[in-house]
Amino acid sequence: MGSKKWIAMLLAGGQGTRLGELTNAIAKPAVPFGGKYRIIDFTLSNCTHSGIDTVGVLTQYEPHLLNDYVGNGRAWDLDRNDGGVTVLPPYWGKDGGKWYKGTANAVYQNIHYINQYNPEYVLIISGDHIYKMDYNRLLEYHMEKGSQATIAVIEVPWQEASRFGIMNTNESKKILEFEEKPEFPKNNLASMGVYLFNWKLLKQYLIRDEEDTTSSNDFGKNIIPKMLTDGVKMYAYQFHGYWKDVGTVRSLWEAHMDLLGDKPSFSLNDSRWNIYAGNANHPPQFIAPGAIVKESLVNEGCSIYGQVDHSILSYNVQVGHGTTIKNSVIMPDVIIGNNVEIHRAIIAPYTIIEDGAVIGSENEQDDITLIGDNQRISFQLKEVL
Amino acid sequence: MDSVVGIINLINEKHFLKELTYDRCLASVPFAGRYRLIDFTLSNLIHAGVKSVAVFTKEKYRSIMDHLGSGKEWDLDRRTGGLFILPPIHPEKEIKGDLQQFYDHIEFFQRSAADTVIISPGHHVCKIDYTDIIQNHRNKKADITVVYKKYDGIPVQKPIYHRCSVDHTGAISDINLYTFPQKDQDICLETYIINKYILIDLIKKCVENDEYDFLKDIVKANLNKLNINSYEFEGSMPFIHSIESFHHGNMAFLNQDIAQNFFHQDWAVYTKIKHEAPVKYSSSSCVSNSLIANGCEIEGTVENSIIFRGVKIKKGAVVKNSIIMQKGEIEEGAFVDYVITDKQVTISKDRVVSGDLRPLVIKKAEMI
Repeated sequence: MGSKKWIAMLLAGGQGTRLGELTNAIAKPAVPFGGKYRIIDFTLSNCTHSGIDTVGVLTQYEPHLLNDYVGNGRAWDLDRNDGGVTVLPPYWGKDGGKWYKGTANAVYQNIHYINQYNPEYVLIISGDHIYKMDYNRLLEYHMEKGSQATIAVIEVPWQEASRFGIMNTNESKKILEFEEKPEFPKNNLASMGVYLFNWKLLKQYLIRDEEDTTSSNDFGKNIIPKMLTDGVKMYAYQFHGYWKDVGTVRSLWEAHMDLLGDKPSFSLNDSRWNIYAGNANHPPQFIAPGAIVKESLVNEGCSIYGQVDHSILSYNVQVGHGTTIKNSVIMPDVIIGNNVEIHRAIIAPYTIIEDGAVIGSENEQDDITLIGDNQRISFQLKEVL
Repeated sequence: MDSVVGIINLINEKHFLKELTYDRCLASVPFAGRYRLIDFTLSNLIHAGVKSVAVFTKEKYRSIMDHLGSGKEWDLDRRTGGLFILPPIHPEKEIKGDLQQFYDHIEFFQRSAADTVIISPGHHVCKIDYTDIIQNHRNKKADITVVYKKYDGIPVQKPIYHRCSVDHTGAISDINLYTFPQKDQDICLETYIINKYILIDLIKKCVENDEYDFLKDIVKANLNKLNINSYEFEGSMPFIHSIESFHHGNMAFLNQDIAQNFFHQDWAVYTKIKHEAPVKYSSSSCVSNSLIANGCEIEGTVENSIIFRGVKIKKGAVVKNSIIMQKGEIEEGAFVDYVITDKQVTISKDRVVSGDLRPLVIKKAEMI
């Protein structure tokens, strides 16, 4: 096997506890998104469109669905003889085995996997962001700057900067300091969780980090700060485009709302940058006489008899007569009866909403309502909700 | 069912869909929003557990090859068996009938480990349970089973259907070729189950005697010599034999009983996967009683219509009683009624197009 220019390591082991019941039985990257996709599809499709043909997917938390879903990578054109996609759960070796202790440790434990391809660069990405990015631009920038490690950043509003990992840079975008969730941010360039490293250098740091028993073996907390202390040449690559971390129920809902409207801030229907997804055989959707569907995204397999307004419906969702769905996200295989009202809610897969139920609140100050999967919500429960 | 091999026979296809079959074979005509006609037959075979399928093509088979690819979507990319596309061996010579091509590819039959062959045309839109037919075929110890259906289609202009007469034991007693069918007459679906060794033997004998038609020279000619059984298909199936009946067959899928039966019961209909986004509806969209496939952007009005993948219907456009195939574009203010547009058709701003007694067909990639 020859050497590869670059390969990607995709971190997909996160539990995503802030997504509540959505991640009871599946990892965060496997959470359905946009009516047809799972969150991981966006990063995998970015790899495909960037011409990266070797991707290691690091899984740990509830990996079954993700393992099955990623499979041999065919949906993303990653079923290759040389490289392709490989799901990398923690494993048992000659010297025993351990769970992945942190993001850096997950990559450390797979040094042998990466060495097989002897890549010049390794791209570290994560399976829980929604964005379309050509990683080639990042690589070109990295080479142009003579950088040893490049971190993709995005400008965030100043008032939100303290929620992110912030890069403090000089005028040529050389990174001087990295601050994780600073109380008083000095900059508003947030890390997107996309790192490009020279592999030889990263390997040394991973090995040293593993030897350090006080380290929490995390890229953001340990590897990046250590490199900065050592004076490694690190640059920030500023990405101009849509990027969203969908780590909470609200941000997941917001990212869905960003797909709607006549000029959405993030468009899924982009023939130059299709988002590939692993499951797709459903019949066309049926819009019944009397149904009203406006400003919405509706996937195949749905049948709609009621009203759907400014919402997203995944495959095989049924919407009954006299039902109104507004500003909501309905995940796959949800059955919604007649005369139901749903406002500003996320309904998890396989939920059954019985006739007459009322879910969520129209009031924008209220939290987004999340109905966990496999539930049956009846009219009587309306008071509780 | 390792003992059964499936044949999709496109040799006897007629050109009754005119513009829609100018450069594609009948089996690859788009249907019901996201399928090709052949998907139904292929899915039926797969769900009966058939692991080896050969598609005998005669002409204009580029689109069918593109559609079927390696057979992956139908789970037919197999190490043993799988999908075989068998075009004419001597394309310069006229094909005298299906038996000639079966003969030219006789090795396919000889090499197969199966002992039973299912033969079906590629354009029947139905959900037919071959396991039941094969069971019936074996119970009756039949040499050939002919599948028929009571005619319930709209009247035909040309005598294209073959009528069969069934006696009280269920055996075929006679076959009338090329008839105008009346309602409830037993029409041969050109779908057969046949013992493979009998088939190989008869193919050779027929071709030696310059006989080239399966139904005429193998079935009809042997009515008194072989045990020829019948099987009535009682499910729903549009008889497609004209532009009008094709339109009618598509519209039948707006009936939710029919759509449920095809799409949500027993087994799924497989087709080539395209990675298209969910349908996008805008603030001005107004859709009623329609089937819409993914990748569409609907800003206008759609009523009683079938909209295929990747169609754009702009603001102020109205589409009624129509079939808009892949990547069609209906521009602002256009009005389309009782029309079938083939792939990639554009109806320009403010144009009015409508069918009259029959649906108006607009050829592939035309701009009106």
